[in-house]
Amino acid sequence: MSKYEALTGDQAVATAMRQINPDVVAAYPITPQTETVEFFAEYVANGEVTTDFICVESEHSAMSACVGASAAGARVMTATSANGLALMWEVVYIAASLRCPIVMSLVNRALSGPINIHCDHSDVMGMRDSGWIILFSENGQEAYDNIIQAVRIAEHPDVLLPVAVCQDGFITSHAMERVEVYDDADVKAFVGTYRPKWSILDVDNPKTYGPLDFYDYYYEHKRQQVEAMEHARRVILEVADEFNRKFRRNYGLFEAYRLDDADVAVVVTNSTAGTAKVVVDGLRAQGLKVGLLKPRVFRPFPAKELAQALRHLKAVAVMDRSIAFGSMNNAGPLFLELTAALAIHGVHIPVADYIFGLGGRDIKPSEVESVYRDMLRVAETGRVERLVTYLSVRE
Amino acid sequence: MAQLKGWREIPIGGVILEAGNAVEYKTGGWRAFRPVFGQAQCIHCFQCWLFCPDSSILVDAENEKMVGFDLDHCKGCGICASVCPVNAKVIRQAGEKVNRDDPRLCIRMVEEGKAP
Repeated sequence: MSKYEALTGDQAVATAMRQINPDVVAAYPITPQTETVEFFAEYVANGEVTTDFICVESEHSAMSACVGASAAGARVMTATSANGLALMWEVVYIAASLRCPIVMSLVNRALSGPINIHCDHSDVMGMRDSGWIILFSENGQEAYDNIIQAVRIAEHPDVLLPVAVCQDGFITSHAMERVEVYDDADVKAFVGTYRPKWSILDVDNPKTYGPLDFYDYYYEHKRQQVEAMEHARRVILEVADEFNRKFRRNYGLFEAYRLDDADVAVVVTNSTAGTAKVVVDGLRAQGLKVGLLKPRVFRPFPAKELAQALRHLKAVAVMDRSIAFGSMNNAGPLFLELTAALAIHGVHIPVADYIFGLGGRDIKPSEVESVYRDMLRVAETGRVERLVTYLSVRE
Repeated sequence: MAQLKGWREIPIGGVILEAGNAVEYKTGGWRAFRPVFGQAQCIHCFQCWLFCPDSSILVDAENEKMVGFDLDHCKGCGICASVCPVNAKVIRQAGEKVNRDDPRLCIRMVEEGKAP
């Protein structure tokens, strides 16, 4: 039987990790994911898991230890955030390239500087082209559910790629909410036993991991990674389907909230989607046809499906919690990718980008409402006056 | 050169599934310098064989003799010449003709009846 518990987002992730009981966890605490590692270290100390917990001296070493353990055939998990992820950088790419199905809890936080420890999405957007599968979570429940599904996605024989599960730093990582925690046995049955393709510890069949790979074969290995990402599109939905049936959830590539008959919509990830739902309900009560699209899967990017889901709208606003400096109009990464998807798939509707919440700046319902009101005007005129708005920045 | 395989035909992640196949990778092409061997004064101490990082010292194991270099794999690092106690080896720029007048090439010194 599942039970409801009051957990922070970090605790929810640690709980999933306890139930999954991975073979190896190597992590280095960095705010705001520290709690996850602390809780998990307690589980290790109390004997509630049989995990080998490797205390490392830095995040670079944490990810390196994860790659080594994964090459040995272990089920491996880690957690990080912001500058910790930045320090892992080199090995983040190697984990994907060596096809290590590592699952990482990534609590989204601004990259310094100036020094900041609060929420935005500049950390994860830095790894968007690293070859990892990237999932977003609105709240602790989704972080918990995504971590469990991530294990199955990563380890699928057609995928074998690492997965990062994101949630918003402090906003959900440290906020206590009601989380439905499933029965330990049910989670264990769902994730199953990892059967690695190869193990570097198989001394009877010696193998080499991470050799020199020059102009003659490196390119072919990159092509294989593309294939794995393409398989992931199917596998993510298969795993979600099984998860939804077993645990009575409704996961897909994205969540559409009151979108079917909407005229305008906001596209936003993670916790702000929760705020936007409240705003949508308020505006709907006033008879305004507004909706929300909350992407769950960012890598692989579901371009066709997103374009299809937004096709009927009269105006769309993307809300980005990071800036792609120097990109077209200094927009946000989600906007850049989504507008490309809309154009390629023949959806020609007015779109605008709203940068918000950098460095943990609060995003208020009234501010989200102002975005909807802007878009309702755009829907009437058919004209976007400002492509990128830096919402609530002081002039 | 063997036919290169397509991306569907090779193990993922660059993993090499067979052991001991480094010999198939001919690294001799990287060589800018080439070792030259003075056979007459070699005392067959096997210091070069011991130190060579590419296992490129060819030996006649039965007769316990050093017999030459595997130039398919020698990268020309010069460690063999450096560790040779009797200066039986020199290292030359690849393609450069061996100058038999080079006083460091001990074969000439032996021919002249001098100690290597």
